[in-house]
Amino acid sequence: METVFQQYNPVPLEKVTVWFKACHEQDIPKNGGACIKYKNKQIAVYHFQRKQKWYACQNLCPHKMEMVLSRGMIGDSEGIAKVACPMHKKTFSLETGENLNGDLPSIATFPVKLENGFVYIGFSE
Amino acid sequence: MKTVIVVGNGMVGYKFCEKFIAAPSSNDYKLVVFGEEPRPAYDRVHLSEYFENQDAKALELAPASWYSENGIELITGQRVTDIKNEAKEIHTATGNSYTYDYLVLATGSVPFVPPISGVEKEGVFVYRTIEDLEEMMAYASQIKAIKPNGKAAILGGGLLGLEAGKAVLDMGLEPHVVEFAPKLMPRQLDTRSSNVLRLKLESMGIQVHLSKATNQILGDKVIEGMEFGEDDCLDVDMLIISAGIRPRDELGKTCGLEMGTRGGIVVDNRMQTSAKDIFAIGEVALYNQMIYGLVAPGYEMADVAVNQILGNQEVLMPDDIDMSTKLKLMGVDVASFGTPYMPADKGLSIIFENKTKFLYKRINVSHDGKTLLGGILVGDAADYNILHQMYLNGMALPDNAEELIVGARGEGGSAFGSAMDLPDSAQICSCESVSKGSICSSLLNGESDSLKDIISCTKATTGCGGCKPMVVELVNETLKSMGKEVKDVICEHFEYTRQELYGIVKVKGITSYDEALDKCGHGDGCEVCKPALASIFATIYNDTANKEDVIQDSNDRFLANIQRNGSYSVVPRIPGGEITPDKLIVLGDVAKEYGLYTKITGGQRIDLFGAQLNDLPAIWKKLIAAGFESGHAYGKALRTVKSCVGSTWCRYGMDESVSFAIELEERYKGIRSPHKLKGGVSGCIRECAEARGKDFGVIAVEGGWNLYVCGNGGATPKHAQLLAEQIDNETVIKYLDRFLMYYIRTAAPLMRTAAWLEKLEGGMEQLKKIVVEDSLNIAEELETDMQSLVDKYECEWKQAVENEEIGKRFKHFVNTDDRDDNLVFVPMREQKMPEPWTN
Ligand SMILES: Cc1cc2nc3c(=O)[nH]c(=O)nc-3n(C[C@H](O)[C@H](O)[C@H](O)COP(=O)(O)OP(=O)(O)OC[C@H]3O[C@@H](n4cnc5c(N)ncnc54)[C@H](O)[C@@H]3O)c2cc1C
Ligand code: SF4
Ligand code: SF4
Ligand code: FES
Repeated sequence: METVFQQYNPVPLEKVTVWFKACHEQDIPKNGGACIKYKNKQIAVYHFQRKQKWYACQNLCPHKMEMVLSRGMIGDSEGIAKVACPMHKKTFSLETGENLNGDLPSIATFPVKLENGFVYIGFSE
Repeated sequence: MKTVIVVGNGMVGYKFCEKFIAAPSSNDYKLVVFGEEPRPAYDRVHLSEYFENQDAKALELAPASWYSENGIELITGQRVTDIKNEAKEIHTATGNSYTYDYLVLATGSVPFVPPISGVEKEGVFVYRTIEDLEEMMAYASQIKAIKPNGKAAILGGGLLGLEAGKAVLDMGLEPHVVEFAPKLMPRQLDTRSSNVLRLKLESMGIQVHLSKATNQILGDKVIEGMEFGEDDCLDVDMLIISAGIRPRDELGKTCGLEMGTRGGIVVDNRMQTSAKDIFAIGEVALYNQMIYGLVAPGYEMADVAVNQILGNQEVLMPDDIDMSTKLKLMGVDVASFGTPYMPADKGLSIIFENKTKFLYKRINVSHDGKTLLGGILVGDAADYNILHQMYLNGMALPDNAEELIVGARGEGGSAFGSAMDLPDSAQICSCESVSKGSICSSLLNGESDSLKDIISCTKATTGCGGCKPMVVELVNETLKSMGKEVKDVICEHFEYTRQELYGIVKVKGITSYDEALDKCGHGDGCEVCKPALASIFATIYNDTANKEDVIQDSNDRFLANIQRNGSYSVVPRIPGGEITPDKLIVLGDVAKEYGLYTKITGGQRIDLFGAQLNDLPAIWKKLIAAGFESGHAYGKALRTVKSCVGSTWCRYGMDESVSFAIELEERYKGIRSPHKLKGGVSGCIRECAEARGKDFGVIAVEGGWNLYVCGNGGATPKHAQLLAEQIDNETVIKYLDRFLMYYIRTAAPLMRTAAWLEKLEGGMEQLKKIVVEDSLNIAEELETDMQSLVDKYECEWKQAVENEEIGKRFKHFVNTDDRDDNLVFVPMREQKMPEPWTN
């Protein structure tokens, strides 16, 4: 199982080599999230409509290694955008990937950009 | 700069570091810590939790980075082998040496392994470190693979042995606790309480063997059994030894420190050994000729040693050490404090015993009846904290001391008044030595003004956590006495209680979550306030979860319960548990077609597990076509109204329980509430539907129905209490409308009816006044509100399968029709189950 987790490494903006056209803006629910597939990876994408921001992270929750984070509720903790895993409500910062209510390993986050109504996610491979 | 070397990075060694760096005068010292174990200190007290989650990080007392951030040099995985006190030098197993100004020995203890022939055999374990547990688990799973009903024995029926017994049970082997003494927990319990505890353990599946001296361990290379005497053997596949501890005092011998005759390094009340620069603390230290195998005395020793080294010579170890203990097993309350049992000339005892409920309570009082000397609680240790405090502080006993354990009190009440009555010196958190006075004064002088503040500035509750209820009570009561309102606000985004928010939403006519954030909240919301508001909207407008799906709990969003591997379960409503053969066939067909695991639930319906997100709409389309509806098993809503077969078939039946159960279930289905709701209807007082274990229960009696409310099963079972007697069907519905609506309006999120009733001022009497006598003059409003919810009912799965937009929600990926290839199922008894979690 460990190896699934290791497939996901954070991609900082300056390391992006591929902008993957993931889906249409409308495919992601407002103030919610959905999952997209890139190669063999599952990526959760969230639309924070209230503050006009988009985030992406691995769909895999490091707690029990389940592909579920896209189905979690989003929100903020003291201003930091976060997602709560639907399984046991572990929360993760969507800005740094850090686990906010425990000491689970961080999740990988990916840059997102919008062009002509399409959502692009940045990968380095 | 002076150097303090700490040998041993266990619980007490860690506490020493924490207290040392927190002391103002510690800047001139350098701390170097050696630990033999491969990882930084962890919480040994909660070691058994490792069986559940195998999460070593979660047990860590502080991460390795904490030590470096605080200027502490931590060297793990290295054993100290020698002390040269003249040279003030220690040597390690790797051949390095270090010099010190002060040396602190916190080497703890090792499990005592009695010299029984055969203990060296494979399959014999001790229970002390994470590595021990890992080995045990690996061995247990090997056994289970070849022998599904394998057995494991635990040698020693003390505190730790019983904890190990529970762990064995959880590992899936049959546990046998073997004790040499004629009773369990011989130091803490008397014979009668041991008998009660034994019954309780056996009811859980833990076998107990008392008065057994083990002669030898049987088997070739691998353990196969234990022999107690001629013809007295027990076949076992594994053995865990927990027969006491032996201090790890070998370093004391290398430099000639004074030792106890049965081991342990002798210390005085400054924690100083016979060499003035060497201190010993924790389980290696022999103080007052005793080794204290508990963490609280160890922490106190750490505090004394810190102060002595830093020159605060007045801080000394007290003469009397409190050895009160509470066993921390799930489902078994056991506690003892003070002198748990004593001969009659020392004091008088009041004993309450009820074997049918596995209850035993004993308190010992002085001959003049004025002071509490100690006691034992088995089966219900809820009052342990306060009894323990009364004992520690020598507080005066009430005139009828028996009320302390049997209680002439109303259900749920307490004979003791509150924690506020304790003297300021009362030690509330013994792990962190926090007194009542320091909690209250920190609030009174404005240093802190919330529970969070108190925890971060005093560290109270961060040890074993047993004092939490008292700390919460002290904080709330003190704040109240200062005229500050204590509110259970929902979260950082809404500074209101659920009830207040309900009022605001209703008055302002707020209909969406965003509107609520704009009008009375701030930020982006979170996983706490979103479902809370969803539930409020549902209560006021009875919108289904489809209206604003992103603010619903994940289960409500996908109208199904998420299961272990991220697949979902499907539970159609089967009102009253009545179902036609044709409908049963449809369930079977659907389950077959989609390969679903099928099980009958406790609420008399059928649960289909293992459905993939993508398949949910298609599955439900078929079910709805066959006349099924959503069962709301995923929602905080009415689950089922369970019924017995009643007078239609049963020869004892007084009324038609099935018909009435169906009517009630149809009436309240779909209504969202603060927590799940369950109901039951029995046809006579034999109560086959277990209606009194439900939030509402109706039982047929001579001349009508008896209506009971606020019961539940689950972790803390509560019987529902009588609200009204001998009433007819219409009156039952009228009262239920009022009761349910009142609960839905006023309860906090995730508060079930029993907990809500406990908090309701005036309790059941008050509830009767409101519901039956309409003392608040709101009955009509409650009934109208309920009726409008009933009228607005719509099946949300019907909405979902009929509306294409909603259907899109159930795709695993939005950019492809691929399915989730991470889902793995394994076969089990002709069906399937998710692959077990490995971490
Ligand atoms: C399963 C279990 C449940 C328990 N439950 C409770 C409970 O409910 N309540 C309670 O009060 N207590 C409980 N205890 C007891 C409690 O854990 C101990 O009292 C406490 O851990 C003692 O702390 P310590 O630092 O003295 O010893 P330890 O925590 O054992 O630490 C000593 C450390 O020193 C290291 N060490 C030893 N010699 C050397 C050397 N020469 N060089 C380097 N390192 C060395 C050891 O490897 C060890 O890591 C429980 C214990 C266990 C095992
Ligand atoms: S509760 Fe009474 S009526 Fe119902 S099944 Fe049992 S005995 Fe029969
Ligand atoms: S008791 Fe309930 S929560 Fe616990 S394992 Fe069983 S189904 Fe799950
Ligand atoms: S699987 Fe995500 S919190 Fe447990």
